[in-house]
Amino acid sequence: MASDTIPISISIRLPQETRSTWLETLHEWVITVDHKRLGLMYIGYALLFLVIGGIEATVIRIQLAVPHAHFVSPQVFNRMFTMHGTTMIFFVAMPILFGFANYLVPLMIGARDMAFPRLNAWSFWMTAMGGVLLYYSFIGGDGLYGAGSAPDTGWWAYAPLTSTAFSKGHSTDYWTIAILVSGFGSIGTAINILATIICMRCRGMTLGKMPLLAWLNLVMSGMVLFAVSPLTAAQIMLMVDRYLGGHFFDTQAGGSATIWMHFFWIFGHPEVYILIIPAFAFVSEIVPVFSRKAIFGYPVMVAATVGIGFVSMSVWAHHMFTIGMPSYSNAFFVLTTMAVGVPTGIKIFNWLGTMWGGKIRYATPMMFCLGFLFQFLLAGLTGIMLGVAPFDWQLGNSYFVVAHFHYVIVGGILFALFAAFYYWYPKMTGRMLDETLGKWHFWLFLIGFHLTFDFMHIPGILGMPRRIYTYEPGRGWGIWNLIVSIGVLFQIAGVLFFVFNMIRSYFKGKVAGNDPWDAWTLEWATSSPPPAYNFLVAPEVRSRRPLWDLKHPEDPDWKYE
Amino acid sequence: MRFLAFNNSNLRRAAQVFIAGLTPLIDAFAQSAGPFSRSTSIFSPVSTPADSIFGLSLFVLAVTAVIFVVVASLLLYSSVKFRKKADDDGREPPQIYGSNQLELAWTVIPVLIVVVLFLSAARIIHGVQDAAQPPDAIRVTVVGHQFWWEYRYPQYGFVTANELHVPVSDPKYPTPTFLTLLSADTDHSFWVPRLAGKTDLIPNHSNSMWIDPHEAGVYLGQCAQYCGTQHAKMLLRVYVEPRVDFDRWVQAQQKQVSANDSLDAEAAEGLRVFESTACMNCHAVAGTGAKGRFGPDLTHLMSRDTIASGAVPNTPANLRLWVENPDAFKPGSLMPAMNLTKQQFDELTAYLLTLH
Repeated sequence: MASDTIPISISIRLPQETRSTWLETLHEWVITVDHKRLGLMYIGYALLFLVIGGIEATVIRIQLAVPHAHFVSPQVFNRMFTMHGTTMIFFVAMPILFGFANYLVPLMIGARDMAFPRLNAWSFWMTAMGGVLLYYSFIGGDGLYGAGSAPDTGWWAYAPLTSTAFSKGHSTDYWTIAILVSGFGSIGTAINILATIICMRCRGMTLGKMPLLAWLNLVMSGMVLFAVSPLTAAQIMLMVDRYLGGHFFDTQAGGSATIWMHFFWIFGHPEVYILIIPAFAFVSEIVPVFSRKAIFGYPVMVAATVGIGFVSMSVWAHHMFTIGMPSYSNAFFVLTTMAVGVPTGIKIFNWLGTMWGGKIRYATPMMFCLGFLFQFLLAGLTGIMLGVAPFDWQLGNSYFVVAHFHYVIVGGILFALFAAFYYWYPKMTGRMLDETLGKWHFWLFLIGFHLTFDFMHIPGILGMPRRIYTYEPGRGWGIWNLIVSIGVLFQIAGVLFFVFNMIRSYFKGKVAGNDPWDAWTLEWATSSPPPAYNFLVAPEVRSRRPLWDLKHPEDPDWKYE
Repeated sequence: MRFLAFNNSNLRRAAQVFIAGLTPLIDAFAQSAGPFSRSTSIFSPVSTPADSIFGLSLFVLAVTAVIFVVVASLLLYSSVKFRKKADDDGREPPQIYGSNQLELAWTVIPVLIVVVLFLSAARIIHGVQDAAQPPDAIRVTVVGHQFWWEYRYPQYGFVTANELHVPVSDPKYPTPTFLTLLSADTDHSFWVPRLAGKTDLIPNHSNSMWIDPHEAGVYLGQCAQYCGTQHAKMLLRVYVEPRVDFDRWVQAQQKQVSANDSLDAEAAEGLRVFESTACMNCHAVAGTGAKGRFGPDLTHLMSRDTIASGAVPNTPANLRLWVENPDAFKPGSLMPAMNLTKQQFDELTAYLLTLH
C-alpha cells in the first residue's frame, strides 16, 4: 500500500487552551515568530491599506467623473494618485502576496516554519513601519503648521520633481524612507522564502516534486533580490541629493533625470512580475483542484516561470519609449517585451490544458480564477500593443496604459487573490467563507471591474493623458470617464460583500475540516487552522500530489512522474 | 517620407479586413475629426508619424484580436463543456500530465507572432526616428516650462508661447517641421495625437521629433508627462496653416513693436506698471525693458487665441482676471497674484491689449 509509505500526520485536536486576556493575545501576536501568524498579519495589514488605497481611488474617480470638476484641488488630486499608486504597490500587493507566501510555503513543503523565523518577524515589522511612515507624511510632510502634505510626485517620483527645488518640505523624504524601509522588509522576506524552499522541504520532496506555488514563490523571491536592490540604491542616492548636496538626479547641477528612470524601471518592471507570479501560483494550485486534474505540463510551467524571471529583467525600458532613446534601443526593448509574452502565453495554455477534460466545480475560488484567466489574457494583449514602441508613443502615459496595468493588477492579481482568499480562508480560520455571499462578491466586482477598466481604455485612445486632475470638455472623454467612475460603485459594493463575508464567516461559517476542497497538497493534511508546529510527524512525499496518492492508492501519481 | 505610411501596403489592407468587426468602433473614434474639430483621437491622423503609427496599430489590433478570439473561445468552450454535470458519477476524470507536442505548438506559434510583430514595429521605429531632416524643413525649439510651452523659431529669429504655428506639408513637396525638445525645469511630454506620438522634454537631455501635417487646422494636445501641480492645464495647440498664411504669421511675429508713443494714456500708464513691477522679471516684450525669460514672451500676446497655456480664451475679461488672480484659472500656476490696485489692473490690461 502506497499510503503506508507516506506518513502524513493525521491532525490531533489539542485540548482547548485556556482563554487569555486580550492584552496577552495582543502580546502574543506582537512577539510572534510563527510564519502563520506573521502571514495573517501581513494579510490583515495589506487589507487595511487596500481600503485606504481604495478610498484614494474613489476620490480620484469622483473628481474625474465630469470635466472641470471641483471636488478636490489639483494639489490634493496629485497627492491622491501618488499615494494610491505607492500604497497599492508597496503596502497592499507586496505584503499581501508575502503574507500568503509566508503562510502557505512552509505548509506546502511540509516544514514547521520558515528558515529564519526571527528575520521573518523583523521583515514584517519593517514593512509595517514603511506604511506608517508613508502615511505619517500627511501630518509631517510640511510640519504640523503647514497644511497636510503627502507626496505628490507620482509613484515613479521622476527626477527632478523630487529635488529640493520642486519638492519642498518633507513629503518626498517620507516617501523615500517609506520605500527604503519596506524594501528592507521585502529583501528579508525574499531571502527567507529562498532559504526555506531550498533547505526545508520535507523528505521525498525533490525540486521536481514541489507544488507549483513553492516553485513560483522561489522565482519571485529571487527576482525581489535583483529588483528591489536597485530601487533601494536609487532611494539612497535621492536622499544624498536632498540632504548631502549630491547631484545624481539634480538636473539643475548637471545631474541626470533619465538615470532615475532607469533605476526606477529596472525595479518597476520586474516588480510587475514579482506581483503576478504569486498570482500565477494561486491559479496553478486552484485550477487543478477545481478541475479535478493534475496541472498540465508541470515542467513547462516551471520552465516558463524561470524564463519569465530572466526575461523580465531585460524589458524595463519599455516604460521609457518616449524619452528619446535611439531607434535600436527602442527596437531591442520591443523584442524583449514581446519575448516575455511567450512564456506568459504558455502558462495560459497550460491552465486551459488543465481544465480540458476535467470536471470543473464552480465554487467561488474557481470563478475568480476564470475571471483571472479572461482578464489576464486581455491584459496581456493590451500589453503587446503597448510593447510595440510606435503604438506606445501614442498610448504611453495615456489612460490606455492606466487601463492596461489595472487590468493586470486588479483583473489579474486581485482576482487571483480573491480566489486565494476563498480557497485558503478555511485553512486559515477553520471555517468556510459563505458561497452565496461569495458569488455576490464575484458578480458585483466583475461588473464593476469591467465597467471601470474596459471603458478606461477609450479616453486613452482619444488622447487623454494620465495624472490630470481635470480635463477639457468637448474632447469626447466625458461619457467614458463617467462610466468608469460608475463602475467604482459596483466594485465598492463587491468589496463590502467580501469584508462582510470574512467577518461573518469567522464566527458563523460552516466548519471546514482539514480538507474541504478535496485537494492534494500538504497543507490540507493538517488541521484547520494548523497547529503552531504545522505537522505532528514530519511528512514524506513521493509525488507532487501527496494527498492524491493517499486518496487513490490504486492509481498514485508517483507511478507517472 | 510617404514610404513610412502603411497606406498602400497589403499588410494594412489585410489588417483592415481582420479588423472589420472593430471598424464601427474606430469610426466612432474618428468621427467628426475634421480639420477644426477638438478631437485628439490617435485614430484620425493627419501627419506621417501619426499615420504610420495608425497603420501599425491596425495591424497589431488585428493580430491581438485573432489571439483573443482563439484563446477566449477555448476558455469559454472548456469552462462550459467540462463543467461538472448534474448526473456526475463522482469519479475523478482521467489524469493527464501534459503533452510535449502541444507545448511545442504553443511555444513555436507565439514565437513566430513575436518575430512578425517585432519586425513590423522595427520598420516604423526606424522610419519615424531616423528620418532625415530636409534642408527646407521648419525648425522649432520647444522648451517645456511648468506649466506652459515656449516656442523658438531660430530660422526666423523670434520667440512665442503656447500656440505653435507650422505650415501645411504637401506630400509632393514636403516641408516638415522638426522640433527640438528641451525642458527648463521638470519632465514634460509633447503630445498632439493627430500629428505624432509623444516625445518627452527632459532637462539636460535634448530630444527631437517631427511632424508634416497634410491638412490645415488647429490640432489639440497636452503635456503627457506629469510635471507638477498644473500638469492638467498645460495644453497644446498646433495651428497648421497654408504656407501663405504661415509666412504672414511669421512676418507679424518678427515685427518689432517699439512705437510706445502710439499708446493711449491708459495703456501708457499700463506699460509703466508693467515695467515697474515684478511683471518684467518673468516676461519679455520686445522693444521695452522687459526681458524676463521665466514666463511666456508677451510681444505679440494678442495674436494668440488663448492664455494660460490654452486654459481659457484670450478675452479682455479673462486677461484681466488672469493678471489679477492666476489661481482663478490655474490653481498652483507659478505666476503670482500681483496685488495691484484696481486702477493699475485696468491700466495693465489696457496695455496688454495693445500687444498685437
